[in-house]
Amino acid sequence: MVRKTHVATTINGEPVEFLCEARQSLLEVLRETLGLTGSKEGCNNGNCGACTVLLDGQPVDSCLVLAVEVEGAQITTIEGLSKDSHLHPIQQCFLEDAALQCGICTPGFIMSAKALLDRDPNPSEHAIRFQLAGNLCRCTGYDKIIRAVQDSAKRMAGQK
Amino acid sequence: MNDFEFQTATTVDEAVSLLAAKGNRARVLTGGTDLIVQLRENLREADLVVDVKKIPELMQYSLTEKGLRLGAGVPCYRIYGDEAICKAYPGLVDSARIIGGWQIQSRASIGGNLCNSSPAADSIPTLIAYDVICHIAGPEGRRTVPVAEFCTAPGQNVLKRGELLTELEFPAAARHSGGAYLRFIPRNEMDIAVVGAGAWVQLDARGEKIERARLALAAVAPTPLFLSDASAALAGKPATEATFKEAAAAASAIAKPINDKRGTVEYRKHLAGVLIERSLVGAVRRARGEKWDPHL
Amino acid sequence: MTPKSEQKKYKVIGTRPIRHDGADKVTGRAVYGADLRLAGIVHGKILRSPHAHAKVKSIDTSAAEKHPGVLAVVTRADMPNLKDKIADLGEGSVNLAHLGANVLAHDKVLYKGHAVAALAAVNPHVAEEALKLIKVDYEVLPSVTWVMDAMKDDAPLLHNDVFTKSMGKRASKPSNVPTHIHFEKGNIEEGFKAADVIVEREFKTASVHQGYIEPHVSTALWNQDGHVTVWTSTQGAFTARAQTAELLQIPVSQVTVVPCEIGGGFGGKIAVYLEPVAAMLSRKCGRPVKMVMTREDVFEGTGPTPGSFMRVKLGATKDGKLVAGEAWLAYDAGAFPGGVIGPGAMCVFSCYELPHAKVDGYDVLDNKPKTQAYRAPGATQAAFACETVIDELAEKLEIDPLEFRLKNAAKEGTRRVDGPVYPRVGLVETLEAAKNSPHWKSKLEGKHRGRGIASGYWFNIGLKSSVAANVNNDGTVSLIEGSTDIGGTRTSIAMQFAETLGITAEAVHPRVGDTDSVGYTDVTGGSRTTFATGLAAHEVALDIQRQMRERAAILWECDASQVQVEDGAYCHKDKRLTFAELAGQLGHTGGPVVGRATVSPEGASNAFGTHLVDVEVDPDTAKVTILRYTAIQDAGRAIHPSYVEGQMQGGAVQGIGWALNEEYVYSDQGRMENASYLDYRMPTALDVPAIETIIVEVPNPAHPYGVRGVGETPIIAPPAAIANAIYAATGVRMTELPMSPPRLWAAMTKGKQS
Repeated sequence: MVRKTHVATTINGEPVEFLCEARQSLLEVLRETLGLTGSKEGCNNGNCGACTVLLDGQPVDSCLVLAVEVEGAQITTIEGLSKDSHLHPIQQCFLEDAALQCGICTPGFIMSAKALLDRDPNPSEHAIRFQLAGNLCRCTGYDKIIRAVQDSAKRMAGQK
Repeated sequence: MNDFEFQTATTVDEAVSLLAAKGNRARVLTGGTDLIVQLRENLREADLVVDVKKIPELMQYSLTEKGLRLGAGVPCYRIYGDEAICKAYPGLVDSARIIGGWQIQSRASIGGNLCNSSPAADSIPTLIAYDVICHIAGPEGRRTVPVAEFCTAPGQNVLKRGELLTELEFPAAARHSGGAYLRFIPRNEMDIAVVGAGAWVQLDARGEKIERARLALAAVAPTPLFLSDASAALAGKPATEATFKEAAAAASAIAKPINDKRGTVEYRKHLAGVLIERSLVGAVRRARGEKWDPHL
Repeated sequence: MTPKSEQKKYKVIGTRPIRHDGADKVTGRAVYGADLRLAGIVHGKILRSPHAHAKVKSIDTSAAEKHPGVLAVVTRADMPNLKDKIADLGEGSVNLAHLGANVLAHDKVLYKGHAVAALAAVNPHVAEEALKLIKVDYEVLPSVTWVMDAMKDDAPLLHNDVFTKSMGKRASKPSNVPTHIHFEKGNIEEGFKAADVIVEREFKTASVHQGYIEPHVSTALWNQDGHVTVWTSTQGAFTARAQTAELLQIPVSQVTVVPCEIGGGFGGKIAVYLEPVAAMLSRKCGRPVKMVMTREDVFEGTGPTPGSFMRVKLGATKDGKLVAGEAWLAYDAGAFPGGVIGPGAMCVFSCYELPHAKVDGYDVLDNKPKTQAYRAPGATQAAFACETVIDELAEKLEIDPLEFRLKNAAKEGTRRVDGPVYPRVGLVETLEAAKNSPHWKSKLEGKHRGRGIASGYWFNIGLKSSVAANVNNDGTVSLIEGSTDIGGTRTSIAMQFAETLGITAEAVHPRVGDTDSVGYTDVTGGSRTTFATGLAAHEVALDIQRQMRERAAILWECDASQVQVEDGAYCHKDKRLTFAELAGQLGHTGGPVVGRATVSPEGASNAFGTHLVDVEVDPDTAKVTILRYTAIQDAGRAIHPSYVEGQMQGGAVQGIGWALNEEYVYSDQGRMENASYLDYRMPTALDVPAIETIIVEVPNPAHPYGVRGVGETPIIAPPAAIANAIYAATGVRMTELPMSPPRLWAAMTKGKQS
């Protein structure tokens, strides 16, 4: 039996402890150990962004983070985005703008969009396309995703 | 992926002794964006992975009148997030902004990109153009290596058993100097360079004549290539299109690429010239204090 | 852009409600195949062939079986021996013996990535370790991965029991060409004699993958009572059930397929790969077995769409009338017969009124994964060839390419080369909309820039769909339908139901049922779901409406025929009850109201599109930038315009990827060299501009609301439109896909030299 390591971290604002093997990715532990299956596996090598989470505020591919590395870190996943009974404005805009079809890439896009809008509340279309280039979508052709991020920016500005 | 032992080092000495004990069965983890993929796909193997991100020396940088001292583990996003670095070393920023997508840049470091030693690495031509010195710690003490001599073969470099790259030392940004990096990829992001080209120039006070220049190419040889002759030939030449075209021709001639899934020999040789010319244009414009965006 | 008059006519159709499964999908709560969690679940992995073509001399699994944590190992020897039997999968049929040999190789492996053995272990890492302990003794054979090489007499033969079928005759010698298709209309020689201008060109296209972001995933439990439950990511739960039962040689009633949320399919998630293997592993270890493919497995082991070689010849008179067309098409089928040459041959000239035509099509075996449907399977390749030749003809005739298309466009009464005569169709309308579009009217300025146009055609197949509905006492309706929802069809189906019944879209709660919960329904494919399952939903609504009138009649003590339905409310003289009010009274008027319908519309209806594109070509690197893109399509009636636009935009971008960069790169040993998203190069958000859309609505006579399926048509035109734009920008006619920078640069360099 492979030896496991104890890791204490914070996920979506709550302290979490788990045991993992050194070879397990953060994505695998989130999904298989902790039941947080909102982060998706599309490629498991950092080329599709479906597993994007925020690690200490930065967007990362959780498939390219070892779970043992997150001791003491702050992690936000798609499950942590909506507060109380309300969707996050980005989630709401993705729905209103029909920015998803199959939906498998959606959690990753929403996390990347959040990271972007947290830094740049009013990004240009080019900036959105550039910053979201690490997330692949095969259904939408990206058009409605870009509109949803633009609309999210407007809505979030209005809420301030 | 085979299982391995994971250790977090908090000092350079601790990392060196951990690495020395396991030799080539030990791997250094910074951003992990190459290492984890390679371990998963059985391209590299390890019994021990040493996380060096808790070593303060590797995770900090300082920009002074003497130049930039960049910790080997500093992730790309911190580099382009620093306005002073953007101003002083725009070529470095060109590289840092295109290594993978944003998610990769949150983790990947320039030091890691160098130690991965891919012939197509996006940071190495830039480091060569800026004439960077690599600081290495090891069981025998510390040493330095010019970056142009760092890579020895695809995926291989001068690091010996137990050695760790700690810092990259950039010379001070000279007056009337500028650097730029450009790569060619079929997509606009998330791709490996078919060819990459870095250029650095120092102009005379009037911005008309090239005083010194350094050119480098990626993905046209087993290691990133310093174009020493073509660089030397630029000294004293006017910063004009004709001069850039001469350098481009020299770059095409020296490129010794291979045919692979990313491009053909002929196309890569041609691109080496195109990209050297374009990166020279960028470096010269920046040396003159003008704005230049590699993506437009 | 829904015409204003139609917006008035309908209350629900043409509006843009939030999709019913939306909240689950933006919060990460929706359960996709890999998200399934079951007590005692274990993990299966597949060992795949490292060779493109080899005899499997022996498989030794003994070391793997002894590896700690391994629970079961399966090879071909554990699977039932299947005879040749054809199973209808809805959008295409399959020989079960071949399907079985694809799922786990028999005596030969036929492509790199071909499944050879499988095992289940306590976790995926242990399973992966144990795979390395399986020893397979291969005798490597010569391989072939290019369709024209595979057709040669001395080509390596994949199957010695495959004989060419041509015009009802079977050849005497085995070959790599299972099928030759031939269509003809008019008199081709006469036709070309009448032509003043003839253009003939040859084309090549590379294999491309559907590229869905969710890898194939299946979990199976072979329960101790003998019942098999499969949770899977599939375009059709019932076809997955049929294939799984046949491959395991058990009755369909012994298998339940639960379709999970599906992360994209595009035609590639119809054939089974993992389901029977997971079931057999579960049978051996007595626990639920989950199998998830890696991205490399997906590229190397699942359906690309064919690489092709095509020759197209078209002739026209001086005044711009097409008179004759001839096409010779060879598409690779991959390792097993049954590629998509059929629809390719039917579609090659489907956009034009062509009095004389002849088409020959060849299904060709080679050492690639068995090809699968990919969004309008076979049509994109054919359109790349035909629409490029059309463009060149227009140029030679000095006629505007849009006017040339308008002049020759297929319309009501046009007979396609394979026989069918079109009813009312909307190609002319899409061309006119293109002509009037802001894009076409804009001036394209600047060096190295060009504009291209192309049209595309695809069928809406009918097939079988079932829908059931339960009226709730608060006036809502729970709808259970059998079509798996890849892109929002729960909502487009529910909206048709709501329209018919006169309630809101939000008052309908649609769900996708498993194979024990809903009537038989064919695959989500063939652009049929909103069309056919929507038709079933409409009929269920009529069934419910009929029953509700009967209930109102009980309340009002009148005859049901005296109850009128106005604006969704039930009325008799001065009495009036809304649907919700009446629903609240079901309990004392006879109990629950349940509706059901099953439909099986015959034949296929038709959907046309026209695309416009502006490109800029870097003269030094030959990189193509898409500056502006407009997709125009006849949707018949757009039920939810946002999702119609989404289909058009998504299809256009897949087509852009196919046009510019996507391809299977093969080594000399027949191994795919770029089996990762990094090197396969699907478009990112930064690689495409906004995709403008114009929805044209020429109602489909075969549907009560006029719906035409919209899913597939949008992928067809892009490669040809882009090739035509590249020609306008550079003067170089590209006849090979993808038009990647090295390939275009080589063509531009050659053009300069000559």
